[in-house]
Amino acid sequence: MRLLAICLLPALGAVFAFALSGRRFGAARVSTLVGIAAVHLVLVATLWLHPAPAAFGGWMGQDALGLIVLSLTSVLFFATALYAVGYLRRERPRGGRVFVGGLLGFLAATSLVALSQHLALLWVGLEATTFTVAPLIFHRHDRRSLEAVWKYLLISSVGIALALLGIFFLATAQSGAAGRPLLLPDLLAHARDLHPAWLRAAFLFLLAGFGTKMGLAPLHTWKPDTYGEAPSLVSGLMAGALTSCAFLGVARITQVTMAAGMAPFVQPVLLGFGLLSLAVAAIFIIGQSDVKRLLAYSSVEHMGLLVLGLGLGGIGAYGTVLHVLNNGLAKAWLFLVAGNVVLATGSSAAAANRGLMRTLPVSGALLVLGLFAITGSPPFGLFQSEFTILRAAVGAGHPWIAAAMLVFLAVIFVGMALLILEMALGDPTPPATRARESWWLLAGPVALATAVLMLGVYIPAPLQHALASAATALGGLAP
Amino acid sequence: MHTAPQVALLFIVLMNFAVLGTSRLSTCIRAVAVQGLLLGVLALLLAPRFSLHTGVLALGTIVVKAVTLPWFLAWAIREAAVRREVEPLVGFNASLLLGVLAVALAFAIAARLPLPGMQQELLVPVSLATVITGFIVLTARRKALTQVVGYLVLENGIYLFGLTQTESMPFLLELGVLLDLFVVVFIMGIVVFHINREFDSLDSARLEELTD
Amino acid sequence: MSRNALISLIVLLVAAPLLPGIALKTKSVLTGRRGAPVLQVYYDLWKLGWKRSVYSATTTWIFRAGPAVMLVSLVAAALFLPLDGRAAPAAFAGDLVAFAALLALGRFALVLAGLDTGSSFEGMGASREVTFATFAEPALFLCLIALVLATGELSLSGMLGAPLAAAWTRAPASLSLVGISLFVLLLVENSRVPADDPATHLELTMIHEVIVLDHGGPDLAVILYSSALKLALFAALVASVFVPRARLGAAASVVALLAALILVSAAVGVVESAMARLRLTRVPQLLAGAGALACFGIVLLLA
Repeated sequence: MRLLAICLLPALGAVFAFALSGRRFGAARVSTLVGIAAVHLVLVATLWLHPAPAAFGGWMGQDALGLIVLSLTSVLFFATALYAVGYLRRERPRGGRVFVGGLLGFLAATSLVALSQHLALLWVGLEATTFTVAPLIFHRHDRRSLEAVWKYLLISSVGIALALLGIFFLATAQSGAAGRPLLLPDLLAHARDLHPAWLRAAFLFLLAGFGTKMGLAPLHTWKPDTYGEAPSLVSGLMAGALTSCAFLGVARITQVTMAAGMAPFVQPVLLGFGLLSLAVAAIFIIGQSDVKRLLAYSSVEHMGLLVLGLGLGGIGAYGTVLHVLNNGLAKAWLFLVAGNVVLATGSSAAAANRGLMRTLPVSGALLVLGLFAITGSPPFGLFQSEFTILRAAVGAGHPWIAAAMLVFLAVIFVGMALLILEMALGDPTPPATRARESWWLLAGPVALATAVLMLGVYIPAPLQHALASAATALGGLAP
Repeated sequence: MHTAPQVALLFIVLMNFAVLGTSRLSTCIRAVAVQGLLLGVLALLLAPRFSLHTGVLALGTIVVKAVTLPWFLAWAIREAAVRREVEPLVGFNASLLLGVLAVALAFAIAARLPLPGMQQELLVPVSLATVITGFIVLTARRKALTQVVGYLVLENGIYLFGLTQTESMPFLLELGVLLDLFVVVFIMGIVVFHINREFDSLDSARLEELTD
Repeated sequence: MSRNALISLIVLLVAAPLLPGIALKTKSVLTGRRGAPVLQVYYDLWKLGWKRSVYSATTTWIFRAGPAVMLVSLVAAALFLPLDGRAAPAAFAGDLVAFAALLALGRFALVLAGLDTGSSFEGMGASREVTFATFAEPALFLCLIALVLATGELSLSGMLGAPLAAAWTRAPASLSLVGISLFVLLLVENSRVPADDPATHLELTMIHEVIVLDHGGPDLAVILYSSALKLALFAALVASVFVPRARLGAAASVVALLAALILVSAAVGVVESAMARLRLTRVPQLLAGAGALACFGIVLLLA
């Protein structure tokens, strides 16, 4: 029942917010948003304490990996909801009806993805995220966002169609084996009986399809445009929650193929995609002039790291799962801070933003700290996860992969530092004094930053346990 | 090779060629509509036994794919006052050649992916060929509307493959597929409308402001 | 050379001028007119035979030889077709290439004769005709290859004879596609709508007509007859693919041949009445489409 509530409550909230049309209901809409986000967070917290049994004949259920992604989504959404209070006061995008409705619908869809044990249901949830997020990207209704949302819709839809074909292939692979079709526990139990040729085809198509939603190279071309043109809090949600959910899809099929003993086929493919994403990100980050597009390429980089860890196996799987958390939190943090910058100065380009440490001290500080966090500096959490993946690379006998990873990460650090430090330091343009930063706009980023810092130093025991079981499920080990 | 499903599958491939080779937008849309009709008919023909479920599914497929979506696309053409010509990035002769290569490739791939117990041997290769054709149309045409048509062909191919799994796929999924298709095109239609309004054309090659 | 094959050949040669007349009559009736008599081509041949040829001073022996070479090559090509449904008067492995080559030779001679006049109109028509031929030849070969794959025979007598009847039970879809493709080729090679309008008088839009613009008298009669014979050859090809006559008796196969030829000409007339002529640049696309159909037929045979 709780599982259903987690998915249904935001959906009902979306309908409710959409039904309240008119300016005067703005406060009601926003309070619905924050209220539902809070309830969602509480419900997810109870899942940690009292795990819920599988529902709907096993179609929905919680496992370690899904719970981690769900918790990440819930925390990010709560932070974003708080941020949205301040945002909607300043921006007022066309009354906010579609905006709030879209956000809540997004939460419902991502919850569905995280809690699905049936792969087709996971696919439906992921496709639903495309719809709910499209009007959010388009909210400014201008030329550039139109172009962004068109590219996003086209590429995402093609990716989702490929993923559907992959799911059909998987069902075909399962046609000879026992067990209910496309249900994850049954797939894992009878993995050895699955037809190998169809399973390989299914893996490739699902990787291509879900990889498009993740933003893996070479299917990442929608990312810079979309993250650049969408409102920052939407970009943060997409970069943190949506990519993690898409990664969940990739992880599920990896689980199945690993259980079927296809590691020699699967791992090189994942390694290839991972390294390609790192390379593409490194190339395009040098010379970026827009902070949101920069963060988009950083997202491509981290998706590459996730897939790389998955492909390395061993403790790489643990590193990947930890990285899902760290990356999600850090990305949302940075995007929200970038949103503050855009709200204050009206533009996200580096040329228009200088001396942010003076004009927006808190946001500027958060931005610089975020730079260090996202590029993997200790004591932030990403250092732990990236170091674990590095160890896995060396331990699996691929030292040159570790070397390549280090080189790419170094290049990315330089590229990002150039842009962000340029924005944070120096004399403010136009010359301005300190701007007032609303509490609503800062609460979210600060909370997320604290979480990332904490994860770098101390991982609570329940979380450690969940991470370990998720890593084992992915065919790896816990350190 | 005398059975009705095989004839229907052949006509689906012919419609693929039609979409690839025609220069008129309305012919493209009509070809996709005929494909949708054939898909609905195939759903009926391939069902092991006729039941209410299969009847409703076939009817729903025909209504959505062969009636509603083409009508909607035709409406979009009128609304946007688009020039009725398909503007290709890859010429028509080359597209036809690619289409033939796609069919050959699909048959080659299908030979490696055996489907035991499948009566219709043509189903898998034709579905793969349709998917590849949809890709070709999607990437080799300029106008936003033709890209939507390409996406519809892609979805037709995937639906065709889904017909091999009529027993194991639940009702929910098939409905979801149809519904998603509908909503996607609807959203795309709205976006297409906005594109035309903003840019005064549906040439998606003009969407090049956002670049690195 | 069996007696039946000889009789079929003579029937084809005699009945050839009937076919353009039937096509024209069908088209006229379908468009609401009475149209010229079905035997009009015979009357034209008779009329032209009594005239004298006038040769321009710019032409050479090529101009005089063109019609003759065309006629001879077409009659030679007719020798390779198994018109009685069983065996052609001349047959050897690979004679399908000889068949295509003879047709090409005839076209080549005519085009040269047109170029020989030195007039720009003929030159324009010649270049267009040859452009179409560039696309039509591969399509023709693809159709013939499909027939080879379907029947396993390398001679036209085998491909269009008894093994074809057996192939129809195995691969009807491929053979239908090949037949349709051949019909499209028929329309293009014989300068019918939608490739070229035989009734147009505007020199800028003529293709086949303009090549033969300068011929007159008996030469024109030979060319007129050759065009009719080419139509008859292609019609016989299409008819043989769709209606294998191997199992019929001697007289029945001749009658069936005649009936099939008339049917194909009527079909040409129907198509002419239903379609408008295509833009010049679209004709290669039409031929590419025909080639694609034949390719698809081949893929189906190989699968």
